[in-house]
Amino acid sequence: MRFLFDKNTWQEIYGSISKNKVRTIITVVGVLWGIFIYITLAGAAKGMDHGFEKAFETIARNSLFVWAQSTSMPHEGFKTGRSIQLKVGDTNALRNKIPELQYIAPINVKGAFGDSAATAVHVDKSGSYTVWGFFPVYAKIATKKIYDNGRFINKEDMLQARKVCVIGERTQQELFDKNEDPLGKYIRIDNVYFQVVGVHKFSQSMPFETDGDIIIPFATYKKLYNTGNNIAFFSLAAYDAADAVAVEKKIKDVLKNVHRVHPEDERAFGSVNIGEIFNQIMGFAEGISFLSLIVGLATILGGVIGIGNILLISVKERTKELGVRRALGATPREVRALIIMESVFLTLVAGVIGIILGAGVLALINALTEDIDFPYSNPTVPIPYVLGALLVMVILGTLIGLIPAQRAVSIKPIDALREE
Amino acid sequence: MIEIKDLHKSYTMGSNVLHVLKGINFKAEDGELVAIMGSSGSGKSTLLNILGMLDEADSGEYTLDGVPIRDLTETKAAKYRNKFLGFVFQSFNLINYKNALENVALPLYYQRMPRKERHDKAMKYLEQVGLKEWAHHLPSELSGGQKQRVAIARAMAAEPKLLLADEPTGALDSTTSYEVMDLIQKINDAGNTILVVTHEEDIAHMCKRIIHLRDGVIVKDEKVEQVRASAYV
Repeated sequence: MRFLFDKNTWQEIYGSISKNKVRTIITVVGVLWGIFIYITLAGAAKGMDHGFEKAFETIARNSLFVWAQSTSMPHEGFKTGRSIQLKVGDTNALRNKIPELQYIAPINVKGAFGDSAATAVHVDKSGSYTVWGFFPVYAKIATKKIYDNGRFINKEDMLQARKVCVIGERTQQELFDKNEDPLGKYIRIDNVYFQVVGVHKFSQSMPFETDGDIIIPFATYKKLYNTGNNIAFFSLAAYDAADAVAVEKKIKDVLKNVHRVHPEDERAFGSVNIGEIFNQIMGFAEGISFLSLIVGLATILGGVIGIGNILLISVKERTKELGVRRALGATPREVRALIIMESVFLTLVAGVIGIILGAGVLALINALTEDIDFPYSNPTVPIPYVLGALLVMVILGTLIGLIPAQRAVSIKPIDALREE
Repeated sequence: MIEIKDLHKSYTMGSNVLHVLKGINFKAEDGELVAIMGSSGSGKSTLLNILGMLDEADSGEYTLDGVPIRDLTETKAAKYRNKFLGFVFQSFNLINYKNALENVALPLYYQRMPRKERHDKAMKYLEQVGLKEWAHHLPSELSGGQKQRVAIARAMAAEPKLLLADEPTGALDSTTSYEVMDLIQKINDAGNTILVVTHEEDIAHMCKRIIHLRDGVIVKDEKVEQVRASAYV
């Protein structure tokens, strides 16, 4: 191994590589392309991964929405087609029977599902907005970013059924003057005054949400619209370890039981399972990552085989040179080492340039997609992957170099010299 | 310096066995300048290749500077070549992508001499063959005579015990041939042992002894009056 760290060895290799520029460049391009493709694909896949994660960052991964519809099967004397109404009391049944559930937030809403929206008025400005009745716990399921100095509705608001609201960005723009601070101000929602305690930054964590939504405490909503114990739907989150699909089934089973619906009635309750969708998308992203790994490695392999190919031809071209070297005292070992080191050196140089170019392209794509709505963010290739790819290349470079190296030493010096 | 006894070598070409060397015996002392003459097919190049450890005899003994040369592995042969022998070829065999200096320094690289020392020494030998100014030129920029002088400098750089020249003037015109022979004579004058394979009478007579080979045997071994090449230059 001593020759590895010998400056002379490297000078000899550098000499032989640098004096044959065209050959060297063609050789390098093959592997460079391979590693470039690998880095770009792997990075882009990771970027997509990050993009999807970012798209889901405002909502708990294991969350789902459940609402009631009408029955499609007769049960316990009830006719088919009976409308089901979810009740606040269902919360306790769910909490008691499904330990996997971390958060349960009953939700009421006006103006989201085809009914008329609420009218909100501030001084001389007014508009129509969807009004949501939330439990404070909803913030744990879907994060609502609140602008500075404001707050989300809290427990006290609920207990006292305070007339406070959190308004959307658009609501603020439409109801308040440009430089007016809405916090602490009162707006009239369907003729009842509410104090604005926060402005939320819009992020889509469930369908039907808009940037004009007004959020009020669930208890206040109940009084305002006289909804009693009725609720529109449930937003729930299971613990991270729980299986989203199984939890969904359990929830529906409990609700069917409480509302006396046939256990096999699939239409009585509707749901959107964010956890399941998330898992599907992440599975897809993982598949892409895996694919990019395979394609990248295959391309690298192709490039390295190209190096071997060119070295093989070059050994034939250099038969005489190698013969002279041996006449001058090069041992077969030294000749073999020269060829292998050339192979490894070219592979490494090509690899490093490829990695740099790949990183450049990833940075470029990142810059270009930064401001558009595209699930792509922070494309990275983990360092172990990069080092792994380099290691694979060194190993492959050595292995592929063995073939021409063996060819080089199998030619007797006398035959090499005789060849005119 | 060299002693060979009953050297035999044959090549198998398909079903034919070609007996090239049929029992060669000869001795060469330190400081001799020997020409090996013979027509093509006489076995002179084969003999030189065996002496140069590029090829191995089928039977017979070969002693070089008191060291018996036998059972050579490629690695051992390479080490002996590096330590004992300098080669000069008809077609020069310079490495075309290395300049004159690097070519001369190459055997020293295989002696693991540090770069600086190697280049100093190579430069010294280039100066001896009168090509100091051409040190950084590629072989393609040199004339035939210059290339052969670089090759001789390369052969001498490793300070071999024996210089083997295989038709050193074969690719050169007469004037250049005499220049190269003049150089070889001067190296011999300095005390080096040299073997020259040639088929040219005038070149052979510039040596001190001529061995005539025919059909694989020595037919004549004579000491001659050396003709100085400098007389022609």
